[in-house]
Amino acid sequence: MRPILLQGHERSLTQIKFNSEGDLLFSCSKDHIINVWFSHNGERLGTYDGHNGTVWTIDADSQSRFLVSGSADNELRLWNVSDGKCLYVWEFPTAVKRVAFSDDDERVVCITEQRMGHQCVIRVFKLNRDGDGTTQSLEPEHMFSPIGSKATVCAFTYTPNLIITGHESGKIALFDVVTGTEVLNNERAHMDVVTDLQLSADRSYFVTSSKDKTARIHDTKTLRVLKTFATETPLNSAALAPNKPYVLVGGGQEAMQVTTTSLRQGKFETRFWHKVFEEEVGRVKGHFGPINTIAVHPAGTSYASGGEDGFIRVHHFDESYFRVKPYGDLQLED
Amino acid sequence: MASLNGTSHNSIDDELDFSDIEAKYRVDFDDGFDSIIVVDGVPVIDRSKLDKLLAKISKEFSRKGAVIKQDDIFVPWDDKAGKSKGFIFVDLGNPDAAAFAAGAMNGHPFDAKHTFRINRFTDVERYASIDETYVEPAVEEYRPKEHLRAWLADSQGRDQYVTYRGDDVEIHWHGKPSQCEIAYAKKNWTELYASWSPLGTYFATLFRQGVRLWGGPSWEPQHRFAHPLVKLIDFSPCENYIVTWSHDPISVPANLPQGPEFFSPEDEGNNIAVWEIKSGHLLRTFPTTAYENEDPAMKKQMQWPALKWSSDDKFVARVTPGQHISVYELPTMGLHDKKSLKIEGVVDFEWCPHGEKDKEDAEKPVKAEKGAKKRENMLAYWTPEVANQPARVTLINFPSRTVLRQKNLFNVTECKLHWQNQGDFLCVKVDRHTKTKKSIFCNLEIFRVREKDYPVEVVELKDTVTDFSWEPKGERFAIVSSNDPNLGNPGPGITIKTDISFYQLDRTKNDFKLLRTLTSRTSNTIRWSPRGRHVVLATVGSSTKSELEFWDLDFNTEERREGQNVKEEWGSGIQQLGSADHYGVTDVEWDPSGRYLATSASAWRHTLENGYAIWDFRGQELEKLILDRFKQFIWRPRPRSLLTKEQQRQIRKNLREYSRAFDEEDAAEESNVSAELIAHRKRLLDEWNAWRARCKRDIAEEKRSRGQKLNGEHHEEEKEEIEEWIDEVIEQIEEEVVE
Repeated sequence: MRPILLQGHERSLTQIKFNSEGDLLFSCSKDHIINVWFSHNGERLGTYDGHNGTVWTIDADSQSRFLVSGSADNELRLWNVSDGKCLYVWEFPTAVKRVAFSDDDERVVCITEQRMGHQCVIRVFKLNRDGDGTTQSLEPEHMFSPIGSKATVCAFTYTPNLIITGHESGKIALFDVVTGTEVLNNERAHMDVVTDLQLSADRSYFVTSSKDKTARIHDTKTLRVLKTFATETPLNSAALAPNKPYVLVGGGQEAMQVTTTSLRQGKFETRFWHKVFEEEVGRVKGHFGPINTIAVHPAGTSYASGGEDGFIRVHHFDESYFRVKPYGDLQLED
Repeated sequence: MASLNGTSHNSIDDELDFSDIEAKYRVDFDDGFDSIIVVDGVPVIDRSKLDKLLAKISKEFSRKGAVIKQDDIFVPWDDKAGKSKGFIFVDLGNPDAAAFAAGAMNGHPFDAKHTFRINRFTDVERYASIDETYVEPAVEEYRPKEHLRAWLADSQGRDQYVTYRGDDVEIHWHGKPSQCEIAYAKKNWTELYASWSPLGTYFATLFRQGVRLWGGPSWEPQHRFAHPLVKLIDFSPCENYIVTWSHDPISVPANLPQGPEFFSPEDEGNNIAVWEIKSGHLLRTFPTTAYENEDPAMKKQMQWPALKWSSDDKFVARVTPGQHISVYELPTMGLHDKKSLKIEGVVDFEWCPHGEKDKEDAEKPVKAEKGAKKRENMLAYWTPEVANQPARVTLINFPSRTVLRQKNLFNVTECKLHWQNQGDFLCVKVDRHTKTKKSIFCNLEIFRVREKDYPVEVVELKDTVTDFSWEPKGERFAIVSSNDPNLGNPGPGITIKTDISFYQLDRTKNDFKLLRTLTSRTSNTIRWSPRGRHVVLATVGSSTKSELEFWDLDFNTEERREGQNVKEEWGSGIQQLGSADHYGVTDVEWDPSGRYLATSASAWRHTLENGYAIWDFRGQELEKLILDRFKQFIWRPRPRSLLTKEQQRQIRKNLREYSRAFDEEDAAEESNVSAELIAHRKRLLDEWNAWRARCKRDIAEEKRSRGQKLNGEHHEEEKEEIEEWIDEVIEQIEEEVVE
């Protein structure tokens, strides 16, 4: 499995995302740039220029028409995927840490940082998808602040107006965005910051990663922890592989400690775990810094990882990956 | 409402008998008599001498520190006789003063005929009202104690080990993969660290209040030793005694319970305590030696164990550096012969361990007193060079205190005494400096203790020896030597290059000869298997290297046994069995059977990849667990085998038979394990699939209720095949054809 190395960022990656067809790969980084690549050969299609600070987060809608991005310059931007034009800019008092589309593409949720006397705020915008997309309402449809620990990651569930959030304290919660109330929570889902949250295709379960060195699969409806994958390094990202029963996790020694630890200790590897048996099945190394973000192709044919080292590595799975059955013939529901 | 409440309350009051509670919580009113003492044994006098007597008594009291005035004394009179009654009451003003006076003056000889007997006034009443009828004490029902060595009777012959991680202490069984299980686990079982006693009988944990010993199959508390803020403990070799040390000097608060298990005021200020395990009694306390010694060089580090036990638990000795070795006899803990061994300049000493043979001899009934002379305890000590006197290593017998052998040494910087564990050899590792004192090299002075006149042999080495280790029950030893210039100045990233050498006693020439040297290693630790033969060389405490090398020193033994006296090449039996790597290893320990090796990376040293691993003697990894906040791993030691030599020989002879049975067991086991694992996976799979089915139903319902169409329902994406035709013009040539 020879990876394609995408060298388009000068600083560490913050998030990468495939579009719903999987032909495009979006990436954002601390160097203020958003790139879009062809996932099959690693050719760069273009950039989305305009942000003036670390771009923390991106998400594309299911039709690959719109892209939203959140940045440390306190802006949330809406882009036209196909020509790279910025369609709309929302500005907030603090940095935008996470954005996500709803499953019907109608809404966008965003989390802003808790800083300088401002609380962590979760806002939901209703997009106007008619026309060219430049006429949007400045005011959010809903907004609220979670009480207690600030939210770090979020995503829409399959139920409208219900979002899942992961918090700094390790809490996982379900919020009703209309009322702003916490519907359900699991205070002890993790012991440390939740660093990533990715949903299954039908949004009925999701995987979270945390600095507490574990990744976990939760039931969206009950927030019950279904599976735990315990590693020996803090984790920055976890993703679910479609069509194969694997969870991909990545992380590594804290970025600030990297200079004092060797490559060997850093554990800058993507690990594959069997999501049902909770057993590690394989590792892919290559990055020479912690892995910050992992994304898997929606068809499960390839995956990409973005690291603190500024590189994206796109791996197309070998034929053997689809052929081997390490646990024999299993009838596993996806 | 209130009245209703009141009545109901009253009625309850009437019904209930509160007398027991009242008795329990009764407040003792201060009757004011606490400050009064009764003095008996006062001379009987008449009125004329009263003033004189009172003056004398108050003087005597004041001399002892209990200041009283004559007005405080009340003398009862027998009016008929016109004489005093021979006792007086003294009011000391407050209860503390009364207690002090009672303590100070009780038994005070007033004059030749009269001795004061003092009681607290309140005590007189209390003792007078004691129930005089004898009540038979209820005989407590006999509860048989659990067998402390029950673990040895494990049907699968497994060993145990303890792990300490975070706040959790767990005791594990170690056996075949399916037999590994947790025997017992407890949170916060210890506050500092855990420890086994030397024969594995007790498990010791340390708390702020003192030490607790646990044992038996259900890990019930066995004994406790109340030594507050205890930091270090040390068992005697036969597990009869335990020594505890705390950095904070012992202080005895007023409310401390009294008894043989507790400190008394005499122990105040001491740091070391010796206890008898079976009774839990405190035997004696000592101050830390370093504090007595004002020499700052000596203060640098306290030696631990501070008290060294002879291996039969009969004596315990401690050294006062530069002055003497004090040997105490057990169980009285009195100084042996009432005097210490005065040795000018003594630095360190070691008892000679007892070999298996010695122990057997000791156990034999004293039938052949003359024939099999019992070996006395032996101890070796060394003194450094002073003025014109050379440094000297001395071997003496104890308790007879006869000097057996002395050896003078020159240019000595430091000596280390290493006894072979059977007490056959003593190696004195002498660090010597050259005349210029610029470089250090090493001599090994080896005393052959079992031979007549204790011959000494010298092995001279050019390098510095950093580690020395005897093969248990063997005639070999291994050393780590180094001439790395970085030796002695450790820094981050510096790994010192070392050489490892093995030496063996050459039976024909009767001296120690080099077997083999392994050069350019980084190993700094030697760990012999407790049964000898196998040895592990490890690089411990380095941030870059963490190699483990597994060596066998008798690789050709099988052939030798059959071919008998085949003259094999010297050192040819050494063979490396395997090598492994445990990143960040801090501790390396063999299990008591010498079949497994445990390595651990403790969070006490660093926080990278803490955890432990278990290997077999060939270096095959059996188990590796990386656990956050992992602190300690210790195998449970085993006592000496109860089988006689003959029985052991029988077993060895029939090993083939036994091993066949074991092999069968292993095979059965293996299939069993995989069957279990498959079943386990099947269960997980079924659970997951059932849950997924439920989920799908839920989502479908949800969507239907919202009137959405069920997308994703077989909209099998038709694969788009894109064919790309690429025409590349390589060259275009225009040709003009001239006709």
